[in-house]
Amino acid sequence: MLTFLLNGETVEAEVGPTDTLLDFLRDQRGLTGTKEGCNEGDCGACSVVVTGEDGVARAMNACIMFMPQLSGRAVRTVEGIAGPNGELHPVQRAMVDLHGSQCGFCTPGFITTMTAAHANGATNHEDQLAGNLCRCTGYAPIIRAAEAASGEAVPDWVKDTAIKADPPYPMPQSSDELAAWYEANPDGTLIGGATDVGLWVTKGLQDLTNVAFIGRCADLQLIEETDAGLTIGAACTVTQVMEAVAPLYASFAEMLRRYGSTQVRNAATIGGNIANGSPIGDGPPALIALGARLHLRQGDTRRDMPLEDFFVEYGKQDRNPGEFVEFITIPKQRDTVKCYKLSKRFDQDISALCGCFNIVVAGGSVAKARIAFGGMAGTPKRATHVEAKLLGKAWSEDTVEAALAEFAKDFTPMSDMRASAEYRLQAAQNMLRRVLVESLGIPASVLEVRP
Amino acid sequence: MSVGKNTAHDAGPLHVTGAARYTDDIPTPRDTLHLAFGLSTIARGTITRINLAPVRDAQGVLDVLQAQDLPHDNDVSPSNHDEPLLSTGEVHHIGQPIFLVVATSHGAARKAARLAKIEYDAQTPILTIDDALAARSIFEEGPRVYSKGDTDAHLAKATNRLEGSFEIGGQEHFYLEGHAAMAMPQEGGDIVVHASSQHPTEIQHKVAEALGRPMNAVRVEVRRMGGGFGGKESQGNALCVACAVVADKHGRPVKMRYDRDDDMIITGKRHEFRIDYDVGFDARGKIQAIDFTHYVRCGWAQDLSLPVADRAMLHADNAYNLDHAKITSHRLKTNTQSNTAFRGFGGPQGIVGIERVMDHIAHTLGLDALQVRRENFYASYGGAPAQTTPYGMKVTDSIIREMVDALEVSCDYQARRKAVSAWNDKHPVLKRGLALTPVKFGISFTLTHLNQAGALVHVYQDGSIHLNHGGTEMGQGLFTKVAQVAAQCFGVPIDMVKITATDTGKVPNTSATAASSGSDLNGMAVLNACEKIKARMAEFLSNEDVTFEDGKVRFNGEELSFKQAVSKAYQNRISLSATGFYATPDVQWDRIKGHGRPFFYFAYGAAVTEVVIDTLTGENRILRADILHDCGRSLNPALDIGQIEGGYVQGAGWLTTEELIWDDQGNLRTHAPSTYKIPTASDRPEVFNVALWDGDNPAETVFKSKAVGEPPFMHGISAWSALSDAIASCGTDFPDLDAPATAERVLTACQRLRA
Repeated sequence: MLTFLLNGETVEAEVGPTDTLLDFLRDQRGLTGTKEGCNEGDCGACSVVVTGEDGVARAMNACIMFMPQLSGRAVRTVEGIAGPNGELHPVQRAMVDLHGSQCGFCTPGFITTMTAAHANGATNHEDQLAGNLCRCTGYAPIIRAAEAASGEAVPDWVKDTAIKADPPYPMPQSSDELAAWYEANPDGTLIGGATDVGLWVTKGLQDLTNVAFIGRCADLQLIEETDAGLTIGAACTVTQVMEAVAPLYASFAEMLRRYGSTQVRNAATIGGNIANGSPIGDGPPALIALGARLHLRQGDTRRDMPLEDFFVEYGKQDRNPGEFVEFITIPKQRDTVKCYKLSKRFDQDISALCGCFNIVVAGGSVAKARIAFGGMAGTPKRATHVEAKLLGKAWSEDTVEAALAEFAKDFTPMSDMRASAEYRLQAAQNMLRRVLVESLGIPASVLEVRP
Repeated sequence: MSVGKNTAHDAGPLHVTGAARYTDDIPTPRDTLHLAFGLSTIARGTITRINLAPVRDAQGVLDVLQAQDLPHDNDVSPSNHDEPLLSTGEVHHIGQPIFLVVATSHGAARKAARLAKIEYDAQTPILTIDDALAARSIFEEGPRVYSKGDTDAHLAKATNRLEGSFEIGGQEHFYLEGHAAMAMPQEGGDIVVHASSQHPTEIQHKVAEALGRPMNAVRVEVRRMGGGFGGKESQGNALCVACAVVADKHGRPVKMRYDRDDDMIITGKRHEFRIDYDVGFDARGKIQAIDFTHYVRCGWAQDLSLPVADRAMLHADNAYNLDHAKITSHRLKTNTQSNTAFRGFGGPQGIVGIERVMDHIAHTLGLDALQVRRENFYASYGGAPAQTTPYGMKVTDSIIREMVDALEVSCDYQARRKAVSAWNDKHPVLKRGLALTPVKFGISFTLTHLNQAGALVHVYQDGSIHLNHGGTEMGQGLFTKVAQVAAQCFGVPIDMVKITATDTGKVPNTSATAASSGSDLNGMAVLNACEKIKARMAEFLSNEDVTFEDGKVRFNGEELSFKQAVSKAYQNRISLSATGFYATPDVQWDRIKGHGRPFFYFAYGAAVTEVVIDTLTGENRILRADILHDCGRSLNPALDIGQIEGGYVQGAGWLTTEELIWDDQGNLRTHAPSTYKIPTASDRPEVFNVALWDGDNPAETVFKSKAVGEPPFMHGISAWSALSDAIASCGTDFPDLDAPATAERVLTACQRLRA
């Protein structure tokens, strides 16, 4: 039996392990305000507000959220945003008054996302709403509404608190419990934020029965900063990682700002981003460039390796059955990493390629070069030939130009719907040029240009 | 006054609370059945063997239908009877429905649909424009040609001459609400269909044909759509017919909705074009003669492709007077989704064609493109013999010169042109670009008989008003505007007017809500109905003048509240219900000759966009847009500005990040928002100034307003033109940019110029 809060009321329900919140709301509860726009977490029409044990309200996508993930948590749908007597929430009032809805189908998702942002005092509206697509308004009136509402007080009626509840399916509370479960169920599926596994169900139509939800492993949700560097638990969300690296590695954090959307970052875990082995995940290239090590655990056995060694080939990682990512470590270092995410659209888009360059220049020469790419091979991969060509040379245009030919030794990218092979290779080379240009103080990011 | 006010969208409070009900939100009766199509996995061929046993055996499946199981017509085409609901053995694109699964849930139907075992005799698919030209795979007997003057002769003696060719990609509608339908069987074989459709009468017509019953057995209701943009003009027929056929067969309510991927794989999109041009021009950039060839990728069925391609030809001139022009249009049949209506209906592609020519001429002559555009604008009409379009229509309402003059000043064009140039000199990697593009868009259905509309208005004895008309609400605010018209007419507050779902049982024989015509046509029909009721009331109340204002009815020095006046009329057995009708005057058009007056009037506008590009990656952004747009005497400035802002961003998306990719087997590889990228909030211009032109529509439209749905879409062309301008600063060649101008295309163009 799953117990959680829905619009302030305790709900108990028998649910399957991969029943989605969206289907539950619409089919079981008749709460049809929450919409299905894409069923893959890319449009935000199904956004709801979820308040977890830490009391923070977060926008999440209901379409790829499995019901057991909600155990004890508080869900607020668009039907629960107005007050008990029908008084509109400030974001609702502003959206009506400033003509923020046209067809209205995306509007419930905007309202819930805006409600969460409003509750948290966030005013970076474009980032907050990057996961909500609107096809009618051109967003201008929606952003105006978000701005207009931002000064208003948060109504008491939207404030939720999580409750204690027994989970309906395996939900280890610690790394030890997880290790025990996974050792006993090596064919089982671990579910973190379900931003990837969710699509196996909603698009792949798979039946997953033997699952464990890792979102409550307290020790896997910690980020620790020590003299040695940063230790990041595998179950940390991308939102957590982004906040942790922001003061340390600005370009990495800026890249993560464009990773998925608010809703996706609030759910997706860094462990999942690594363990699924995707060649186009944005976490690994940056972490490899930072020299991160991956720490795996199987029962009581632990091992660790440079992150790049984990990715053997497309679809194959160096992970045994029952073995899981426990944490990653990033050695302490100066902030020299530059992360360039290249996609058709800036926000909420999967990278065509993502290049991360950690080039340390000392006395005018390249003292260290760790360069890693996503989207250029079957796995996230280092540009070792390029690195070697740069190392020890003067950090100059000549050196950079001389190194460009090495990219073709490191990578044979493919053509797909995101980019052609030729473009990938050319853009990868030009990213190295961009590192140089930026180190000379020449503006090279269109995102930093103001009208 | 109700008309001209910034009345908020009537459903706004419902939208923001989740209470606005869309088709899939209608509570379903307990025994409702759910459907999914089984789809072709090859682009062209013949089915040799089909085993549906695993589908039938799947959990929750009640029935599986193939073409031979359909009771009557197996056709969902809006035009040519060439689009079977279910394949009859031939398949024409990947995603074509072959069989129909009937199950107890949406999920069970989707799962079962994947279990079929189908074998094909595959043929080489015709996928591209070149494939179709090589195979002479075309609609109609040959290319359509519209011309004026003697193009060949004047090209031959032109002062300067240029040729070019470029590609324009299609566009997925990406209405946030995917297609959905529900059918409820009634007594005696009647059926009620709830549709997410811009064209309820077409649904009624196709459902009646499929059931072999007269149209009076079918009632179709549409409360609202979660976006349409043309994608719900004909593409909803399949779902509605499928639901109706199964509801009729099983005697149970039936519901169907497409999963987003299915929606994108099954339904048609904006037509891809290749445009070739050959233009002669003088030293100032004035066009002496121009020869356009449009190659239009239509997809596998005719659908609305002929009028779409026609409209592209009708907009090949945009806002420019062409003395000698020839436009040739090839309508190509390919093994891809059947392309369909999309906001602008071919007009945008036609306009992109000549805007590209303007940029090319300016680049060749080393002139500012605005100067070249000005050289060519239609004259403002002042009693002199009117200039005519390439299809022989007199342009008597042009205000493009005045609008561009005003916009040039308000957006500070000349100073910014200099600033962009100076900025580019100082920035080796990033480059800015600036462009102004105009719009002249013809308003009316080119199929003349569609320019009619009906309305039904009831005034109840308590003074409340029930309003119905043939238009559908897809977010554009049509219901609000039309209610403003009714409130204005009766002189009552708008909250006395109840707007009700579009219903073929209330207003029959409606045209699609399309061609931007919604408020023009339905507003006039509503006005006509309201005037009839008013006239009856006035005639009963007094022989003198009777006025309806401020909720009061005044006559002979007497004053009654509207409610009292209505009550009195009712007591005296005056009819308080009326139908209204409107047919657009003066339009006549021969699409074969390409001559006549297809449009009642033109809507005008102009936009200036400034962009920045990264010459290392091709990444680009819109920094600022300034738009001046002509809505005539706007019925509702707030809603009109909403259409302009939204249209601009949608148009810019079409020409920048929205890229449809098919592989060499004909698989659409961009079939979900993960791979098909419409703009997000940060893609809108950071500075976004939109203003309405202050002026009446000279044509006799509803309160002198102008249609607004489609015309602003084409302001997005200024973003594409500005990107070309930015790229041009990388070298001396013309950027020769295809659309969409993705980062990859921008980089490729930059490198070509720098090579």
